[in-house]
Amino acid sequence: MSASDIPADLLFNTSHEWLRLDGETATVGISDHAQAELTDVVFVELPALGKTVDSGDPTAVVESVKAASDIYAPGSGEVVEVTPAVEADPSLVNTDPYGAGWIFKLKISKPDQVSSLLSPAAYGEMIG
Amino acid sequence: MSETVLHSPLEAIHIALGARLIPFGGWSMPVQYTSILTEHAAVREKAGVFDISHMGQVFVTGENSIAYLNRLLTNNLETLSPGQGQYTLMLNGNGGIIDDLIAYRISETETLLVINASMIPEDVAWMEKHLMPGVAVRNESDAWAGLAIQGPDATQIFHKLFPADTLPPRNGIAYLGTGEIVCRTGYTGEDGYEFFCPAGQGGAFFEKFIAAGATPCGLGARDTLRLEMGYPLNGNDLSPQRSPIEAGLGFFVDLGKPDFIGRDVLLSQKENGPSHKLAGIRLTEKGPPPRPHYPVLDPAGEVLGELSSGVLSPTLNLGIGMAYLPAEHAKIGTPLLIDIRSRHFKAVTVKKPFLKKSK
Repeated sequence: MSASDIPADLLFNTSHEWLRLDGETATVGISDHAQAELTDVVFVELPALGKTVDSGDPTAVVESVKAASDIYAPGSGEVVEVTPAVEADPSLVNTDPYGAGWIFKLKISKPDQVSSLLSPAAYGEMIG
Repeated sequence: MSETVLHSPLEAIHIALGARLIPFGGWSMPVQYTSILTEHAAVREKAGVFDISHMGQVFVTGENSIAYLNRLLTNNLETLSPGQGQYTLMLNGNGGIIDDLIAYRISETETLLVINASMIPEDVAWMEKHLMPGVAVRNESDAWAGLAIQGPDATQIFHKLFPADTLPPRNGIAYLGTGEIVCRTGYTGEDGYEFFCPAGQGGAFFEKFIAAGATPCGLGARDTLRLEMGYPLNGNDLSPQRSPIEAGLGFFVDLGKPDFIGRDVLLSQKENGPSHKLAGIRLTEKGPPPRPHYPVLDPAGEVLGELSSGVLSPTLNLGIGMAYLPAEHAKIGTPLLIDIRSRHFKAVTVKKPFLKKSK
């Protein structure tokens, strides 16, 4: 998948999470590049509903056969929803990272932070 | 361990196939080509081919070679005819495990030992230290490439590639007409072969096995496959501080032999019962994959030990692992907790293998 295949409405942080903003609510997942690096996601540990996180906080854990990787919040806010689909079938993170493979949703408390995230083009450039 | 990283003679092919290379036992080896789960399933359902060129080959020859090896190893080579192999252990003077290996009797006066990659220098030094007259030890580890072809289709693949040769029975060893060595052993629980050829020919054979239907598989699948069978990995589940009695490998120890290194300690452990035992552990609730070093607790929260190996079993789709536990907690059916990032998940000790294969 090249940068041009990344949905245009996503923003990225340098630790490979994406965020899609819809009003005050941000949906969060990991990039296609990140899932390809991890391969075979077999478990996702989800945050508790209502948990408040700051941008950069470890918020979920994605586990492949060989390793557990922290997922960092790409923005600050409160966890308002977690994925039932990925909990039931973690491989959705591999097969549909920008769609059904989303992991949690945040009610964003600091909208200004979001403007510092990377555009799809800038993220595509970063991962080469 | 030395800083020099060793490279398989097949490395260029691994890279061409898109493998990810990781350090393992002092070697740079493929952990996976496409996906550990896909490679794991290929071995359980069809056939996979693994590069095992990192493993060591030591030939022990001479009129006293069997007596020598019977003093050095726990199992009894006298029980084997030429052409047969056995799993066995090399112990230190305290009964601790230096290495686990397979010894194959090639003839009355020649035995091949296939040893773990990380242990080659130490094993060979130990063997030379205990050398007897009438015995020669030849470390040929650099001269051989090794391939493990494992899975229900492995025999069919061998017949396709070597139609004129008779293949050895389970645990057996044979030379092919063209000089390569074929052993009917493995580390996956499936039928299969460990194949040794001159290092320079390893790549060509690897490609032939793939063309004949074997999926290239890495160390990641090798680890999930062996753990489903409850096979120990030296360095994780075996160590110089643990004996084969503690590791549950008493079946591969012949205490009836008059003498072998470590025998006294094992005899006493066998009589009195070991203080700790390597237990098979299975999560009984949905949870993250168990991994090495995660603490193992009793139901009251008291720490009993830590996992020596652990994985989410791809075939069973549940967390499995092993840990040395006080003997009273290692009994089958004992409830336990596994601490995963400070959360406690319910588990129980179970009989190995985790995966019961219908034969």
